[in-house]
Amino acid sequence: MIKGPARVLRATAEAVSRVGYGTRFFLRLCGLALAGLRRPRLVIDQIHFIGNHSLSIILVSGLLIGFVLGLQGYYTLRRYGSEEALGLLVTLSLVRELGPVVTALLFAGRAGTSLTAEVGLMKAGEQIDAMEMMAVDPVARVLAPRFAAALICMPLLAALFSALGVLGGYVVGVEMIGVDAGAFWSQMQGGVDWLLDVGNGVLKSVVFGFTVAFVALYVGYHAEATPEGVSRATTSTVVVASLAVLGLDFILTALMFSSN
Amino acid sequence: MDRKGVDVLVGLFVLLGFAALIFLAMRAGNMSSSVGLNDTYSVSARFDNIGGLKPRAAVRSAGVVVGRVASVTLDSNSYEAVVLIDIDRRYRFPKDTSAKILTAGLLGEQYIGLEPGGDTAHLESGGRIALTQSAVVLENIIGQMLYSRAAEGDRK
Repeated sequence: MIKGPARVLRATAEAVSRVGYGTRFFLRLCGLALAGLRRPRLVIDQIHFIGNHSLSIILVSGLLIGFVLGLQGYYTLRRYGSEEALGLLVTLSLVRELGPVVTALLFAGRAGTSLTAEVGLMKAGEQIDAMEMMAVDPVARVLAPRFAAALICMPLLAALFSALGVLGGYVVGVEMIGVDAGAFWSQMQGGVDWLLDVGNGVLKSVVFGFTVAFVALYVGYHAEATPEGVSRATTSTVVVASLAVLGLDFILTALMFSSN
Repeated sequence: MDRKGVDVLVGLFVLLGFAALIFLAMRAGNMSSSVGLNDTYSVSARFDNIGGLKPRAAVRSAGVVVGRVASVTLDSNSYEAVVLIDIDRRYRFPKDTSAKILTAGLLGEQYIGLEPGGDTAHLESGGRIALTQSAVVLENIIGQMLYSRAAEGDRK
């Protein structure tokens, strides 16, 4: 009789303590990432590893999404005789939503998985334990530079994605279909606010950078130290990071854009 | 790869990222035009009905954008809409300027049109535009048309 409630209570306490531990780990990472900037060499190496290597997939996807937005937007807008609003439609959807969200999803797939696998394999290969034996804090030496680098890369990648998307929309809309170029740009500039739309988009991508980097590193650092454990951790990085990004995106959109 | 190579690549990446941000803000967004509007003075205008006018809507005179709507509030004593307008300092308007709420195109965005009067004194910061004309609300026009039709029918 007593066993049932006791088990529920214990499971709840376990879950709550896990949230508490996760928060502590997150704050510690933030603090160490800030301190880690004093050793920029490590961070720059990681920016090269995370950012530069993600560049090709981000740029190509941005361009392709811009093409698709240009085509689809044109077909719909033509019904209302307002093809000139194509630039506005493409840019607003990219800057507000698609840029930060799709970049974060691609980033989780391209960079998040490699971070998890790298850290997980370090653990499986007992490199993390070896560091602890030498009184080197693995969170400060291994995780913090990666965290800082991911935070720096994510907004830049999202901006590049959006910019390439706008150019893609321009190529399809103006060069191929023949929407008036002047109207394309002027409607865009008339409707896109640099602080409300572009600024909030950047803010979103910063939040997603925190999310993806934290999930990838947390999952990798706490992976079981076996080959199966590492592979499970890599999968769950993609799943958890993507869901967290999409859920957060809904909340952020409601907060940022509900007033207008 | 050697140190120098990594540094160059990372530097290129960061520069590209910032270039994209600047492109989004200046070319796709309205940063270049709103920076030009930094030096503004504020005047108020009261309307019976503002229709769909929103903050940040354009203020035009003779079709040229001269300012932006800063805020829209309701005066709970007179039940009039109080619209604060920021006008670029380069443009001065006579005291008896009138403000109209107009619509761009048939169903487009609403903006405020300023028509200068003949007064020699200028509108100062904190001044008030006394002559205003409310927005045209489509439902009201249709209602008036229906009433006038009904009135014609009665006479026959």
